[in-house]
Amino acid sequence: MKIPTAGHQTITLRVNGVERSLAIEPRVSLLDALRDHLGLPGTKKGCDQGACGACTVLVDGERINSCLALAIQYQGREIITIEGLAQTDGLHPMQLAFIEHDGFQCGYCTPGQICSAVGMLDELHNGMPSAVTKNGVDSIELTEAELRERMSGNLCRCGAYVGIRDAIQQVYGARKP
Amino acid sequence: MNNFTYTSATDTRSALKLLSESPDRNAVRFLAGGTNLVDLMREGIEQPQSIVDITRLPLAEVQELPDGGVRIGAMVRNSHLAAHAMIRGKYPLLAQAILMGASAQLRNMATTGGNLMQRTRCYYFYDRAAACNKRVPGSGCDAVEGFNRIHAILGTSPQCIATHPSDMCVALAALDASVNILGPSGERRVAFVDFHRLPGNTPEVDTNLLPGELITSIDLPPSSSGLHSAYRKVRDRASYAFALVSVAAALRVQDGVIRDVRLALGGVAHKPWRASLAEQSLMGRAATRENFAEAAAVELGPAIARRDNAFKVELAKRTIALVLSELATDDGGVR
Repeated sequence: MKIPTAGHQTITLRVNGVERSLAIEPRVSLLDALRDHLGLPGTKKGCDQGACGACTVLVDGERINSCLALAIQYQGREIITIEGLAQTDGLHPMQLAFIEHDGFQCGYCTPGQICSAVGMLDELHNGMPSAVTKNGVDSIELTEAELRERMSGNLCRCGAYVGIRDAIQQVYGARKP
Repeated sequence: MNNFTYTSATDTRSALKLLSESPDRNAVRFLAGGTNLVDLMREGIEQPQSIVDITRLPLAEVQELPDGGVRIGAMVRNSHLAAHAMIRGKYPLLAQAILMGASAQLRNMATTGGNLMQRTRCYYFYDRAAACNKRVPGSGCDAVEGFNRIHAILGTSPQCIATHPSDMCVALAALDASVNILGPSGERRVAFVDFHRLPGNTPEVDTNLLPGELITSIDLPPSSSGLHSAYRKVRDRASYAFALVSVAAALRVQDGVIRDVRLALGGVAHKPWRASLAEQSLMGRAATRENFAEAAAVELGPAIARRDNAFKVELAKRTIALVLSELATDDGGVR
């Protein structure tokens, strides 16, 4: 049992493969911790209420809204942000595909879209169903309906959806066995 | 957001102890996925002085029960529950309802117990400048005479016309689930349909969970064979929106006669609404479109519409009749 305190406390977060210590109040969201305390402003604050998906990051490989997460709750977890997706040999395939298909206009929702799409393809690969998946299906194809449903948690006010869709389909197609 | 003390509990007893040791139990909140509570705290609707994080409690298992039913731990996350092979196989209605709620990101965070504890998305509840008996008892209800297109039509009171936002809970109401609760005086079990409350004169009390109590799991009875089921959600956009009306239905038809029917509605009441009147009117009768429409009319008979939500009465009737007709067709029954 940890001792409760209301002031600043030192916590450790594992972000993009690196252990980072920071002194914060319990009320600081994971989103604000990343942006304001860890110098990782790639993750964006859109609505700050779980409605737009701009703040999407990966935690233990799963996509979540970092605006509704308290940073202090996420100690000991593997957090990946847009800054951590790129490999030493270059950008992540999803980043390259977004560039190739012009999957953005203003770019504000883009880090969330990309993190979400990476998490989404893993969910698909692991057989996670969506609301449009027929029950009893073993391998799920990323149809247009599946893609729209699975990405509905990420809004793009510029309406770059066609490019976003094409970028995700390209990465999906390249990964398909 | 007001500041608060934070404690992470590692076992259920110590979580309850933290609550009971607090001088003011109402100033302590259990925090699970946070998808609703963190938002409410940021808006100043909830202002706990102390948070007990329960996400590390060992309550994240889905277990088969000796009677063939299933026990779902309170900390099982929504996405995992909807993808669970046993749930998809035996209770497709539950998996379907969960997947129609929220977004993939939110379902990855949200827990089973937390889903039950969601508060209403009524705009006036969220607006601290508005009158709301749920937020400030006795202050009035601005929804009754306000913009009330999303509000309740069944079981309302002059004090509150808010709706319960969950999809998962509508399926649980139809499936005869029960809620296992741990409190200072031990364990108790509540039928799911008795867990949430109607507003009456105390709309500030959403559920029958008492101060100091913790939801530990949800039990589902064995799934009945031959029962066809479906969850239909009607909303303003195709995905990621709250229900205007939703219907969870399960039906068994034999030789054209209804042998079993379970029906629950979402988006229409302060709690997930088990449509008992419609069920009673259908048992033992012929599985015809006329009978389904008549049962829907019986259920919606007591509905009270406000300025903007009268459409929900007709929408609910038609959705009930449509879903039951489709299920009956699957069962080779409807004319």
